[in-house]
Amino acid sequence: MSVVSNGLPTAQEIVGPTPGQRLRRRLFGHRGIVVGGSILGVIILMALLAPLIAPYDPYDQILTARIKPPVWYPHGTWEHILGTDQVGRDYLSRLIYGSQISLLIGFFAAALSGLIGTAMGIAAGYFGGRVDLVVTFLITCRLSLPVILVSLAVVAVIGGSLEVVILVLGLLLWDRYAVVMRAATLQVRSLDFVAAAQTVGCSTWHILVSEILPNVMNQLIVVATLEFAHAVLLEAALSFLGLGVQPPLPSWGLMIAEGRNYILFDPWLIAIPGVALFTLLLAVNLLGDGARDVTAPENRG
Amino acid sequence: MTTTTMAPPTIATEDLACTFQVRQGMFKPKRPLKAVNGVSITVNKGEVLGLVGESGCGKSTLAKMLLGIQKPTGGRILIDGEPLDGLDRKAVARRIQPIFQDPYSSLNPRKSISSIISLPLRVHGVGGPADWERKVKEMMDLCGLPQRAYDGYPNQLSGGQRQRVAIARALVMRPEVVICDEPTSALDVSVQSQILNLLLDLQKELGLTYVLISHNLAVVQHIATRVAVMYLGRIIEQTDSETLFAAPRHPYTRALLDSVLTPEPGLGVPDAQLGATFPNPIDPPPGCTFHPRCPHAMPVCRQLAPRPLTVGGSMVECHLHDPEQATAA
Amino acid sequence: MTEPAGFSLEVENLTVSIPLAAGTLRAVRGISFQVNQGETLCIVGESGCGKSLTSLALMGLLPAKAVRGADRLTLNGVDLTALSERQMSDVRGESMAMIFQEPMTSLNPAYTIGNQLEEALRRHRRVSRTEARERAIYLLEKVGITAAASRLQQYPHQLSGGLRQRVMIAMALMCGPDLLICDEPTTALDVTIQAQILHLLRDLQREFNMAIILITHDLGVVARMADRVAVMYAGEIVETGTAAEVFAAPSHPYTRGLLQCIPIPGRTRRGEHLGSIPGVVPSLVGEIAGCAFANRCPHAAAACRSEPPARDLGPGRMVRCVLEPGALPQMEPA
Repeated sequence: MSVVSNGLPTAQEIVGPTPGQRLRRRLFGHRGIVVGGSILGVIILMALLAPLIAPYDPYDQILTARIKPPVWYPHGTWEHILGTDQVGRDYLSRLIYGSQISLLIGFFAAALSGLIGTAMGIAAGYFGGRVDLVVTFLITCRLSLPVILVSLAVVAVIGGSLEVVILVLGLLLWDRYAVVMRAATLQVRSLDFVAAAQTVGCSTWHILVSEILPNVMNQLIVVATLEFAHAVLLEAALSFLGLGVQPPLPSWGLMIAEGRNYILFDPWLIAIPGVALFTLLLAVNLLGDGARDVTAPENRG
Repeated sequence: MTTTTMAPPTIATEDLACTFQVRQGMFKPKRPLKAVNGVSITVNKGEVLGLVGESGCGKSTLAKMLLGIQKPTGGRILIDGEPLDGLDRKAVARRIQPIFQDPYSSLNPRKSISSIISLPLRVHGVGGPADWERKVKEMMDLCGLPQRAYDGYPNQLSGGQRQRVAIARALVMRPEVVICDEPTSALDVSVQSQILNLLLDLQKELGLTYVLISHNLAVVQHIATRVAVMYLGRIIEQTDSETLFAAPRHPYTRALLDSVLTPEPGLGVPDAQLGATFPNPIDPPPGCTFHPRCPHAMPVCRQLAPRPLTVGGSMVECHLHDPEQATAA
Repeated sequence: MTEPAGFSLEVENLTVSIPLAAGTLRAVRGISFQVNQGETLCIVGESGCGKSLTSLALMGLLPAKAVRGADRLTLNGVDLTALSERQMSDVRGESMAMIFQEPMTSLNPAYTIGNQLEEALRRHRRVSRTEARERAIYLLEKVGITAAASRLQQYPHQLSGGLRQRVMIAMALMCGPDLLICDEPTTALDVTIQAQILHLLRDLQREFNMAIILITHDLGVVARMADRVAVMYAGEIVETGTAAEVFAAPSHPYTRGLLQCIPIPGRTRRGEHLGSIPGVVPSLVGEIAGCAFANRCPHAAAACRSEPPARDLGPGRMVRCVLEPGALPQMEPA
């Protein structure tokens, strides 16, 4: 009775790789992902190995060696490869430890806002109706808030610190997640396998987590990389304005702020952390763009 | 018809209705859309009820209500005599399962075939992982899927094979009723016949009852034992398959059958004299909703909605066949 | 061979190849046919047989990567392969027009019907807005749309599927093309609307004396619409003939298989198994040795390993099979 295919592949059903294999193949073939991923990998390694590779303690003030230029300047020495800042702290060490701060903030702020935004977006997309109205209203409210000013206000009241910055950014940056996840969920929701899961008797929780979430994960990753970059940039801005991370923490934004007065004669104080920020954000954006390129054709196929 | 111990019909709907409130614009009030407007059908065990109608007639909404994923706004559904809304979601799932039209969207692309077919078993907690594997493989055999597909993913299968996976998933818990919503419309002709043959075999093997929704009247005629024709939310004719195709009574059924293009050359394209516009379900015509397109419309059709006339197992809703109207004319 | 009166489309050895990572996908592997004025040729086949790519190849609308080749591709004597893109785009709409399957996506949702209809004409002819508008109204009425003048202001989303398809047909006819290519024009429509649209196409063909190439997978449509039929399988035409010939005496095992697959009231008994074609279409990537249908054919023989010859069974009647005509058993009569 059963009609079994004779095993020959067809024009349409060329036995293809699993979604996992295909993804891996695409990842390593994409130049943006490889470049961005490598740079990010280097920075992460730098952050993890900071105690081992930093030549000096980043908080160590050597007042006799203040504002020493980096090694490629005429008076630079190899003792302080990237020079020292206005209180004699080795700039290379501060740069290396600063990566920890940027990565921590980027990661946790993106994670917290991701949790909030994804939950709201998926709920709005799946349940529709009143839930959707409420979520859309909240998104609209949030979009009408100027993020920097609100963060400034909060930090001014509570006081700045790494934890506060992460919390504030996490609670403010969820809007793009919510919008994208809502749209993605609306698309997936109309597919038959969701209806099939409902008729099988799956609980709503199971459907959201097991049927819908894996299919919107691609877009989630893209947004996450972008919000990571966003959070890092915002922290730098806040620290620059004096209401982010507090000295003596070696945040790259703070380093820029502290070097502000020396911009005419000792520009490396700003340039070096600026380049570091730029590199990190470039890497993350390349990864995000690459993630979008890689996952989009898969969605179509 | 005996009234002694007769098993209740597997599915029975009593005046089932589903009305949506549709927004007409930002500031206008919502208007009701009667997608299903008083449908009473019965399906007995082992029968295949063919549900026929064009887009907008409400058959998809009716299917969703039977599956329990759309709440009726009126009337009720009885399964084996028990009301559907009294049963919890899982109990309904054990008795009624769907097969959808599009094999490319009815399988989760991120899940393996074994995971897809075993989903009902896992959700209902039937046995353990060893049982699941055995039952899934058994089902795959029954549905004509090669065993090597067990660890595969939907993107590696053809449309016909995906539909077999959907069938396997629907039947792994051995339900009583399968709602087939255009199960072969998205498939090639040669694959269609394989799937139809499979559905016929499975019906005999597992004692299933089918509700087959299809716009392909040849397929309905081939498989269905009874046929119900839907128009704008109501069943306008219902009878056994042979009678419907040999002697359709409602003008819409006749037009529908006349429009079917059988593969017989030389007969040209039929002109069913229907007129272009399918009515707006939000603003249906008064009286008999079919009267603007009906070639035999009478004055009473514009004023009075026809009542259902049941003789034996056949039903038709049309003033042309209403003896009261005939005497009044 | 006598010169056909009036216009004709002549296609000889048309090929379409698409380079893939895994090799070259030879989607259309050398097909030849001819369509004359006032004639309807139905190209029938299942998904993957290459029929849609054939229509795109004729129109010069293949995707960028695809490569078209032909020994002969002439429309009214004009060699289409020698035309530049600009010249081809002049031909499109003017001499040959196409209507597609999905009326939902074939019309631009951002412009009114009137706008799109007028543009179809003014692209090719120097006419005033008023003249274009008049022709648009004339054609809308011809395709059975009432209140045509007011329809011009409407947008596609305000029309039903059947109406949209009628608008598509009117748009295709704006310049009065000699050849109309219809790619599955009624597949997405309801049964009653399908009959109306096909009826309309027939009437319009008679009135404007057009040639129609109708691409479909529906054998019912083929039987009722076709003057001539070409059955496609795996990129090749395996059988041609008039509709009467092909349906009464199908000579290729694939055609016979197809006809046995469909439920025909009166011939197939309710509840019984339908015929089926076992197996699947072979991969079109790379070369296919011998007959592409051999792995699924109930009459396959050793001779099928070599490329089957195109047998001439009479004027316009061809079958591509190693078997002698008449070697196949008679099919059960209806």
